[in-house]
Amino acid sequence: MSESADLIVVGAGPAGMAAAVTALAGGLRVILVDSGTAVGGQFWRHPPEHARSAIRTEDLHHKLRDYHALSRALSAGRAKGRLGLRLAHHVWSAVREGDGFAVRAVDRREVPEETAVVLRAPRLLVATGAYDRQLPFPGWDLPGVLTVGGLQALLKGGGVAAGSRVALGGTGPFLLPVAAGLAKRGVEVVAVCEAAHPLAWLRHPGPLLGNPGKWVEGARYAAALARHGIRVRPRTAIVGAEGGDRVTSVRIASLAHDGSPRPGTERRVEVDAVGVGWGFTPQLDLLLPLGCELTGSEDGNAVVAVDDGQRTTVPGLYAAGEACGVGGAPLAVGEGRLAAESVLADSGAAPVLGKKRLARVRATVARQRAFARAMSLAHPIPPAWSSWLTDETVVCRCEEVTAGAVRAACTGSGASDHRQVKQLTRAGMGWCQGRMCGPAVHCLASQERAYVPAERLVATPVTLGALGDFEKYSENR
Amino acid sequence: MSEIIVDGRPLAFIEGQTVAAALVAAGRVAWRTTRIGHRPRGVFCGIGVCFDCLVTIDGAGGQRACLVPARPGMTVTTGEGDDE
Ligand SMILES: Cc1cc2nc3c(=O)[nH]c(=O)nc-3n(C[C@H](O)[C@H](O)[C@H](O)COP(=O)(O)OP(=O)(O)OC[C@H]3O[C@@H](n4cnc5c(N)ncnc54)[C@H](O)[C@@H]3O)c2cc1C
Ligand code: FES
Repeated sequence: MSESADLIVVGAGPAGMAAAVTALAGGLRVILVDSGTAVGGQFWRHPPEHARSAIRTEDLHHKLRDYHALSRALSAGRAKGRLGLRLAHHVWSAVREGDGFAVRAVDRREVPEETAVVLRAPRLLVATGAYDRQLPFPGWDLPGVLTVGGLQALLKGGGVAAGSRVALGGTGPFLLPVAAGLAKRGVEVVAVCEAAHPLAWLRHPGPLLGNPGKWVEGARYAAALARHGIRVRPRTAIVGAEGGDRVTSVRIASLAHDGSPRPGTERRVEVDAVGVGWGFTPQLDLLLPLGCELTGSEDGNAVVAVDDGQRTTVPGLYAAGEACGVGGAPLAVGEGRLAAESVLADSGAAPVLGKKRLARVRATVARQRAFARAMSLAHPIPPAWSSWLTDETVVCRCEEVTAGAVRAACTGSGASDHRQVKQLTRAGMGWCQGRMCGPAVHCLASQERAYVPAERLVATPVTLGALGDFEKYSENR
Repeated sequence: MSEIIVDGRPLAFIEGQTVAAALVAAGRVAWRTTRIGHRPRGVFCGIGVCFDCLVTIDGAGGQRACLVPARPGMTVTTGEGDDE
């Protein structure tokens, strides 16, 4: 099946929702695609519409007023026949076609059935967000050890807590809402291990002072955690996990300045689930093959380079949200609006945001961007994290490649990035195509450069049957 | 409550939950073993990125349980990846 519009937006998170709403307000016909079963992305993840009375998760959310306003505007757009909303559609590639773009997706509403869908538009906005960045440690592949985002996704999307005694670890403010959400559902959060030290924030007081909203948010989490008796331990990390069929305990250590465990500080804590996350990695799969330029960001990730109107270096291609650098939902919403304004301007349509509002959105984006930068600097990956690894620690979960093998590839065979390590060890060749181990292998191989994910021709697996259908749609044109 | 059939046995779930959420709600965090080391695996990223949560759904293999909404009567076979 195929459909066309003035603009395709991939990703219905805060960025994509805001962009679609602004573009609709400007009179464009829009197709909004997401692999999930509801709009909202990660920040506003919800159960599907029909299930919300059975699975109650509203109380786990923030800034729901914005979400409801955007959702209403999207529904109005659908009712007028100007918005094509395609949920449970996985986009596996986007290519240039003539002056525009062809976006290929599979409709998975009736899993395991898959139907091929080709969407066409002169302009494309990619707002595919990010996923948790992981650093391996001994035992991190035991069942019950999840990404912090994974814990949050189960909670917000399905109303399910993955354990009853949970330890969280990693770095960044994202640990706090997850701890608070779990506690709200009666989970005993036995430790929140934050590798950084709060004093690191004081080195960049400007962005902190300029974003009082973030203070309020932080204070609210602190109060929620205090209410449940949860203490955040600065400069500590989960350096190991033990168990059999599932995790039963973690080892927690205080960290020295460089992130190496301080001798004699290690202790064992009993748990039945664990959440870990070291910031996020932008999801660039659809953008890389289109050839847009990248740039480095303070958190060590490569991100898409955009101008102040969210235009990438490829004509007609725009990006917004975490793909342009991780910075939270309000930043994503602002960028989505700016991107849609650019789409309107570039297609010769009248602007939606008046001069004053546009200036306000720009100021918000600049302020939030500065905050995100300060956040990355205050919550770095500890330089000596690899001292937690033993030679037997699995680094690539799919191909079960160990830290010893990766180290041998780097020191013995001179591999200097994750692509070379992949050729030598198979790390990154399995199902996930290096999405999970890529950032870690990159850190083990080359600390200096920004992490550029491998180019993947297929962003999500597709069946041969569906591929056959795609052939048909391209021939019929 | 509705039910899916997991390895021949009924498992209750709330409509709107994914297959992974239904399994985790029933106390299961592992449902397959890896090809090489036979390590137990279940849900890890929860959002379709890591492929740890693979199951077979109505006969079709390689499905990510964290992305597939559970449907009444759907059959789920676990144990993917194991070569024994
Ligand atoms: C698992 C997880 C949970 C998070 N929870 C929180 C939280 O509770 N609080 C918080 O402050 N921040 C949270 N974050 C941080 C979050 O990334 C941002 O704050 C915010 O959601 C970013 O908005 P976005 O629009 O850029 O991207 P996202 O919200 O990530 O939206 C991107 C959307 O694109 C879709 N998508 C991606 N690739 C494809 C494809 N190939 N085909 C079709 N659709 C695709 C995804 O399904 C998703 O809905 C979370 C991040 C993760 C990874
Ligand atoms: S848990 Fe990672 S893909 Fe399902």
